[in-house]
Amino acid sequence: MNSTGVDIGQTVAQAHGAAVDPFVFSFTVFVLAVFVGYHVVWNVTPALHTPLMSVTNAISSIIIVGALLASGPQELNLATMLGLVAVGLVSVNIFGGFMVTQRMLAMFRKRK
Amino acid sequence: MLSANLVALCYLGASVLLILALKGLSSPESARRGNLYGIAGMGLAIIVTLQLDVVQNYVWIVVAMAIGGLIGGVAARKVPMTHMPQTVAFMHSLVGLAAVLIAISAFYNPVSYGIADAAGGLRLASRIELFLGTFIGAITFTASLIAFGKLQGLLSGRPLVFTGQHWLNLALGVIMIGSGVVFCVTQGWLPFLLMLAIALVLGVLLIVPIGGADMPVIVSMLNSYSGWAAAGIGFTLGNNMLIIAGALVGSSGAILSYIMCKAMNRSLINVLLGGFGGEAAAVGGPERADRPVKAGSAEDAAFLLKNARRVIIVPGYGLAVARAQHALKELVDRLTELGVEVRFAIHPVAGRMPGHMNVLLAEADVPYDIVHEMDEINAEFADTDVAVVIGANDVTNPAAKNDPNSPIYGMPVLDVAKAQHVIFIKRSLSPGYAGLDNELFYMDKTMMVFDDAKKACEAILQSLG
Repeated sequence: MNSTGVDIGQTVAQAHGAAVDPFVFSFTVFVLAVFVGYHVVWNVTPALHTPLMSVTNAISSIIIVGALLASGPQELNLATMLGLVAVGLVSVNIFGGFMVTQRMLAMFRKRK
Repeated sequence: MLSANLVALCYLGASVLLILALKGLSSPESARRGNLYGIAGMGLAIIVTLQLDVVQNYVWIVVAMAIGGLIGGVAARKVPMTHMPQTVAFMHSLVGLAAVLIAISAFYNPVSYGIADAAGGLRLASRIELFLGTFIGAITFTASLIAFGKLQGLLSGRPLVFTGQHWLNLALGVIMIGSGVVFCVTQGWLPFLLMLAIALVLGVLLIVPIGGADMPVIVSMLNSYSGWAAAGIGFTLGNNMLIIAGALVGSSGAILSYIMCKAMNRSLINVLLGGFGGEAAAVGGPERADRPVKAGSAEDAAFLLKNARRVIIVPGYGLAVARAQHALKELVDRLTELGVEVRFAIHPVAGRMPGHMNVLLAEADVPYDIVHEMDEINAEFADTDVAVVIGANDVTNPAAKNDPNSPIYGMPVLDVAKAQHVIFIKRSLSPGYAGLDNELFYMDKTMMVFDDAKKACEAILQSLG
């Protein structure tokens, strides 16, 4: 199974009857996501900037998707071993990042 | 297994959940729910990926996730809040390293990523993306490790400056990009590894000239890099969810860096060139000892505070170093019982990372609605009886407003001098990180309490009775 973005890219390109590079579709998504990030993050209250950093850390560990694809094949070789190490590394971040964020957010209380 | 379309839609759902996680952070109440959305999004992304046909190696994958998850979980429970900056820096380095490993793996075996051309090699676009993802990941990895070392105190926080430093970095940068271009053309391992090695070295060289106190900017910037690295891997894999998540994190870190730089009135370039807070400490040293200051005891401070109506506390990194936040909270509680209105004023660069002070105060159970940002509270010092500065210095220095020759001129500062009385709790008259004397120390309305922040808070509390 191909990675999905490429599939979508090729399908749309065929529909247009022209060869639009899949990169262009990825790039479109990228630019729009930067705008979304820009607006969402400016709305974050400065008091929560530390949790913002720990949660974005966990979110950037979404590259676990790449690590899982790398470690996917049954046969153990350099590629799968590196993938497995990467899975371990980002798992530290995913569990650590979300848990420490939750721990911090639980501390923020209003006046009784 | 799910159809390709369904997989893409699940990834879209996960992306939306991750966006909602950030959106929740606009207020503390919504933030806890937001974090749960984030966890759900991540979980969905992992499950959908695991059920793909190419992923077969379940036993090993579960083992790797369990080991990593265990380490992360234990660390998340144990880490003291004062150590958050180095913890976050360390986690950035893990993202960077993982990005590098994934890139090497993709280059080694492009077929399992579906990015191979007919001959089993990489497509040109994939090579370019791989090049970008690898070098950003590599720089993030080593730069974050150095930042971690500086924040943890394993390495000196002093900037390491030598002649020709920037030229060396520039030359290495050019060679790195050159090797990257050669790699994109030839697909050779040699240029790939050369590019990787130089990127790792560059990560170290870029951070060593930057002083410990500039770390809030650096940690934010590395936060941004880790996002761009993730987006780079997303481009390589043609996976929109990775691109979206990476772009969110990348812009988040960039905005935080911008906020930090603005709060110091410095440009990002100026911070990155480094050397700040090194030799400046030597300047203006001798004459400082000669000027008279009014020193007071804990009883004097307690007397002033007891008779005040409104008090604003300005905490700085010294508070965290002395681990005084809990003692301070008790003092605040007692003052509140005595009918004094107590609030906190937080400068954006107080602490060693954005929002660090807020977390430390929250940990000590200080309610967040009496903790105010500089812009919210600065006008209110004029209507304040006593301003108490604990472990902070530069962020209150009037020289930033009055003295065009001061290195911090133009930096927004807290208007502490407008309060009726100012109490400075400080171990000595030693300057702040910018190496500057503070005119506030010598004013008539200022009382210096020379003590460790924690001991001083406890002594004042005792004197209050």
